[in-house]
Amino acid sequence: MSNVDAVKGTSAYEVESMSRRDFLTTVVYGAVGAALSFVLFGLLRFPKPALFPDIPKIFKIGRVEDFPVGAEKIFEDKKVIVRRDAGGLFAISLICTHLGCIVSKHAGLFECPCHGSKFDENGKVKIGPAPKALEWLKVSQLPDGKLIVDTMRKVPIGTRYAI
Amino acid sequence: MQSKKGKGEMGLRDYFKNILRLPKTFLESFVRHGKPNSDRARSQTVMSNIFLHIHSTRIHRYTLKKTFTFGLGVIAASSFFILILTGILLMVYYKPSVDLAYDSIKDIQYVVPGGRFIRNVHRWATNVMIVSVILHMVRVFYTAAYKETRSFNWLMGMVLFILTLGLSFTGYLLPWDQLAYWAVTICSNIAASPRELTDALGLTPYFDPGGFMKVLLLGSEEIGQDALTRFFWLHCIVLPFLMIMILSVHVWRVRKDGGLARPDNIKEKDLQGIEEDGNTRNVFENAPQKTYGLMCLVRGKTPAVGRGPENTIPSWPTLFIAEFALFMLTFAIVCTLAYFFDAPLKELANAAVPENPAKAPWYFLGLQELVSYSAFMGGVGIPTIAILGLALIPYLDREKQTLGRWFDNRTGRKVARESLVYSAGVTIALLAFTVKFGWLRNWFPDIPQLVIIFINPGTVLVSFFVFWSFRCLYKFDSTRISAIALFTCFIVSFIILTYFATYHRGPNWDFYWLKSQWPIH
Ligand code: HEM
Ligand code: FES
Repeated sequence: MSNVDAVKGTSAYEVESMSRRDFLTTVVYGAVGAALSFVLFGLLRFPKPALFPDIPKIFKIGRVEDFPVGAEKIFEDKKVIVRRDAGGLFAISLICTHLGCIVSKHAGLFECPCHGSKFDENGKVKIGPAPKALEWLKVSQLPDGKLIVDTMRKVPIGTRYAI
Repeated sequence: MQSKKGKGEMGLRDYFKNILRLPKTFLESFVRHGKPNSDRARSQTVMSNIFLHIHSTRIHRYTLKKTFTFGLGVIAASSFFILILTGILLMVYYKPSVDLAYDSIKDIQYVVPGGRFIRNVHRWATNVMIVSVILHMVRVFYTAAYKETRSFNWLMGMVLFILTLGLSFTGYLLPWDQLAYWAVTICSNIAASPRELTDALGLTPYFDPGGFMKVLLLGSEEIGQDALTRFFWLHCIVLPFLMIMILSVHVWRVRKDGGLARPDNIKEKDLQGIEEDGNTRNVFENAPQKTYGLMCLVRGKTPAVGRGPENTIPSWPTLFIAEFALFMLTFAIVCTLAYFFDAPLKELANAAVPENPAKAPWYFLGLQELVSYSAFMGGVGIPTIAILGLALIPYLDREKQTLGRWFDNRTGRKVARESLVYSAGVTIALLAFTVKFGWLRNWFPDIPQLVIIFINPGTVLVSFFVFWSFRCLYKFDSTRISAIALFTCFIVSFIILTYFATYHRGPNWDFYWLKSQWPIH
């Protein structure tokens, strides 16, 4: 190479030239790298499900007449408790905010069996590892008068559906 | 052909002769060397067999010293082997579907001939494997066998440790009973627990690694068929495959790293009762006489430098007999346990009513105790710190020292003993304090969660241990001593927490002195 360069009058030391072999090697490395990273990149999204199974998140709880002032109903399979006091109706989720066990009610407290979190009447943490209060869920009424709870919509603690 | 007999007759005679010699010729085609009764043939036995070849043809006699390794690595490998065999058998009847899984396990337990025994063996071999892997790591650590050439193999060991825990955890869901369902609920929410931190910082809507990990694990936001499919896939294909690959690397590396670690000054007493090689009995002295260098091939010193010639014996048959005996021992232990104690099976999983108490398998209970202080710190933060810390040991402690002796020397023994007392004291005191007085939330109900994440009994324990280890580093001026201090603290504390959560935590994770005091519910 340098001989040729010398003939042409340029020095190999001035021009950073690359041999054909080096160039092709680089191209091959690049191509392999690109191919593999495209595959990897494409597969990155593979394990993340595009659709979740259709678990109903909204459910009916009955009519206003079913909830006289002071009433309390636990919907075990939905993991929700619905109560009515003077201010109106409200729903509290029974899923412990620590690690997802189901709390149950004892002597006015919600107790979690898994690591002993205890919550007061309104779901505020009293003791235990739970990082935050039980979730309050949105209660509303359909045009036909049926009441529904939407487990996807959280509302601030104390929010009631006034009747 | 000068014979009077015809050509055909010759062919026939050869043919019959070949039939008669068939067993011999077959054996010769299979094993090319003769009986292993010369050193050369013994070496060939090992060298020319793809499976035996994972060991070297000769091993140092110190390798076989029982009170050095206690055979723990081999016991772990044996139980893994038993797990593969019984696992393959269980797969004949197990059905990985939410509707059928529980019933198929019940069939295996009560209907399939021998099914109960095989399932019990599978369960017990898991326990034996976990105990032996932990003890094996403990032995490698205290004999300083992770140093120099062996650093990488220590890392491979860490990967095997994580795979072992992963296998046992993914297997736990498969029966789809109450125990399984709630243990996995808790664990998948531990995966989501970085939310505790992101929630406290108000970041969750923008950046939610916890939620992402949970969805990745469960294939959904709730535990259902997708979770079962993924756990089955991990438990029966991915993790065993990785385990076999990395286990092969691990054992192969033991050979490539120069055999098991051993001290420079091996005494006659160390080798008592260990087979020796009659031909070479008088050749060996332990004093360093020569240095060996594989010029050009190996950079730096070779592992044998500064030692006398190695006092080795052929691996065949001594090493293989020892390993086979350990396998049989493991097998006997597992079968005995399986005969007397049934693997647990609770009621069918019920998403509405948690088990009370919902306890993970015993080896995760130490973590569950930490989780009961803070989900993120106990479930993600501290385990990550512990695993990273363990993995870094050989890279941070690079002191030259004698290898292959339990606790190195008198100082090592002393520090290990003191650390044991220190760690036990701190752990028990902190547990007693927490049970008696509660923690921050009990005294300041409105305290921000962020404070609890960073200041809880778990992190306090870790800080006590780190402080102790730095104190030892300063006092003895040795990274090895400091590593011994820290490792001892963590192991002792792990054992105490596991014991505590197993025996003294009852319904609602309340403290009880005895299980008989648990309220009936
Ligand atoms: C599935 C789990 C494991 C299996 C089946 C296994 C198997 C083995 C076996 C058969 C040996 C030969 C020596 C002996 O029996 O003690 C060995 C050596 C070794 N193992 Fe493991 N092991 C496992 C996990 C680990 C773990 C968790 C660590 C540490 C983090 C580790 C680090 C080492 C090291 C550094 C050696 C070389 C020891 C020496 O040279 O003296 N292994 N392993
Ligand atoms: S899940 Fe409720 S306290 Fe842990």
